[in-house]
Amino acid sequence: MSAALPPLHSLDPIGPGHRVALGETLPLKLDCGLDLGPYQVAYTTYGRLNADRSNAVLICHALTGDQHVANMNPITGKPGWWVTMVGPGKVIDTDRFFVICTNVLGGCMGSSGPKEADPATGTPYGLKFPVITIRDMVNAQAMLLDHLGIHQLFCVIGGSMGGMQVLQWAASYPDRVFAAIPIACAAKHSAQNIAFHEVGRQAIYADPDWHKGDYFAQETTPRAGLAVARMAAHITYLSEAALHRKFGRNLQNRERITYGFETEFQVESYLLHQGSTFVDRFDANSYLYITRAMDYFDLAAQAGGNLANVFKGTKTKFCVVSFTSDWLFPTSENKEVVRALNAAAANVSFVEIETDKGHDAFLLDEPEMFSTLKGFIDGCAEQHGLNGARA
Amino acid sequence: MSEARTPAAAGHKDIRRDLLMIAEMVTPGSRLLDVGCGDGSLLEYLASEKQVDGRGIEIRQSGVNACVARGLSVIQGDADSDLPDYPDAAFDYVVLSLTLQATRNPRKVLHEMLRIGRRAIVSFPNFAYWRVRLQLLLGGRMPMTAALDDPWYETQNIHLCTIKDFDELCTRDGFVVEQRIAVDGQGRRLGNAPANWFGAQAVYILRRR
Repeated sequence: MSAALPPLHSLDPIGPGHRVALGETLPLKLDCGLDLGPYQVAYTTYGRLNADRSNAVLICHALTGDQHVANMNPITGKPGWWVTMVGPGKVIDTDRFFVICTNVLGGCMGSSGPKEADPATGTPYGLKFPVITIRDMVNAQAMLLDHLGIHQLFCVIGGSMGGMQVLQWAASYPDRVFAAIPIACAAKHSAQNIAFHEVGRQAIYADPDWHKGDYFAQETTPRAGLAVARMAAHITYLSEAALHRKFGRNLQNRERITYGFETEFQVESYLLHQGSTFVDRFDANSYLYITRAMDYFDLAAQAGGNLANVFKGTKTKFCVVSFTSDWLFPTSENKEVVRALNAAAANVSFVEIETDKGHDAFLLDEPEMFSTLKGFIDGCAEQHGLNGARA
Repeated sequence: MSEARTPAAAGHKDIRRDLLMIAEMVTPGSRLLDVGCGDGSLLEYLASEKQVDGRGIEIRQSGVNACVARGLSVIQGDADSDLPDYPDAAFDYVVLSLTLQATRNPRKVLHEMLRIGRRAIVSFPNFAYWRVRLQLLLGGRMPMTAALDDPWYETQNIHLCTIKDFDELCTRDGFVVEQRIAVDGQGRRLGNAPANWFGAQAVYILRRR
């Protein structure tokens, strides 16, 4: 199906999957005004494309996710980030659908980004990589689909930043998306969320090992800065109730408080662990680029400030999902999308899932979410003529 | 908040009698919003029998799940909170079946329905039904009937009214009653019997003046 794959970067174990070079003749026109080409897209696929190429599902990953949705992650050695949702007989049934997940543009798992070598110099881009947007990520994915010979996606699904990509897909390529499932996201990044991101970026800038992004040349890694960024962000992915349930005010390996600055509480130890494991798998510059892309996201601004205009005349079927305890992308922001879709007379369903697990609930075992999405996807599959047919 | 619409056991032809009555009032090919759509049986029936482009609002997650599984477009919400989100004249019909009496602000809900729809189809239990009157008069207790089947301490029905009350509100607020059908306790249409005595439920089609 795809052309011969270029060899993987020898120092860059991106794991199972594929990588293609795109934009060699026609570069990717970025929102910042620059052209990018050639560029790489690393991706995984599961299941088989059917004869009329109508069963493709694109999964869009979140800020720190990657293309390893349903296989062992080559770096962490842990199961893929959405094995609860994707697999044989699961809600996104790989026995029925051809599932694609790309590492986003700007990412650090094999797609072009600051960590990859600049073809012009042979050394990592670092901050010379152009600043990218959610729309650039989506355009890169669209070029991959062109390469794979898939015109229309049966479904595009993703949570958080993945949900932003879903919305952008529906806005940019309405006739290429039969069904769209944006989960726990918003049509624009809020001031509060930009603020959280800026805290993370400042932590990276403040790390002397960052070297203004040139840490590969200096043979250092800004571990401390990236870890602090991750710790701050991780708090926003949970909820007060979930943190309390898990840790309360429990002390870490001690009977009583010690009046010092060692790790005193379990919740501190948990965050430190989150930070240190994250830096083993993620690139600090990628974190800067991708958080920036989310900050820039404002879908209504692409249509003169009116979000409903973005979706005018759309035939795509939408299912919007939010979570009661998500304070990063609260239900009210998800409902703004629903409201705009209603104003555009679109086919939209919406559920708010009751959970105390916060924003990360979309990655977790949430039976109500599974049952809603299974119903939606199966219903859409029937309308799309995919039922009964096994690829 | 709506009276639970239990899943249709068999095909969609078996929808509840009061829903069938509503379905008969709807012009084929129109756009319709069913507020409190339950498991979506009315929407599915209208889509297949009358090619109606339907949308739904349902408070219970199990109802929303049942609807999306049928390929219907339904959002989780309720009449009080979610109608203001829709643009003016977005629908030909907005349906509110046996739910008006359970809303926090029924008058506002009616105005919203007629803002977003050209017509509103509203049904409600008639509190002046003779069995209700009799239970209160002779029994001295809060009435319980087929249409009002919860005891006073559990009922969702916080704004009960009679057909006469509803007519009066329509006049006061300038709603034109295009059609009014009252049905008896068995769901049969009343003949010439006085509606406010013998109607267990009433269905109205309203439009703005």
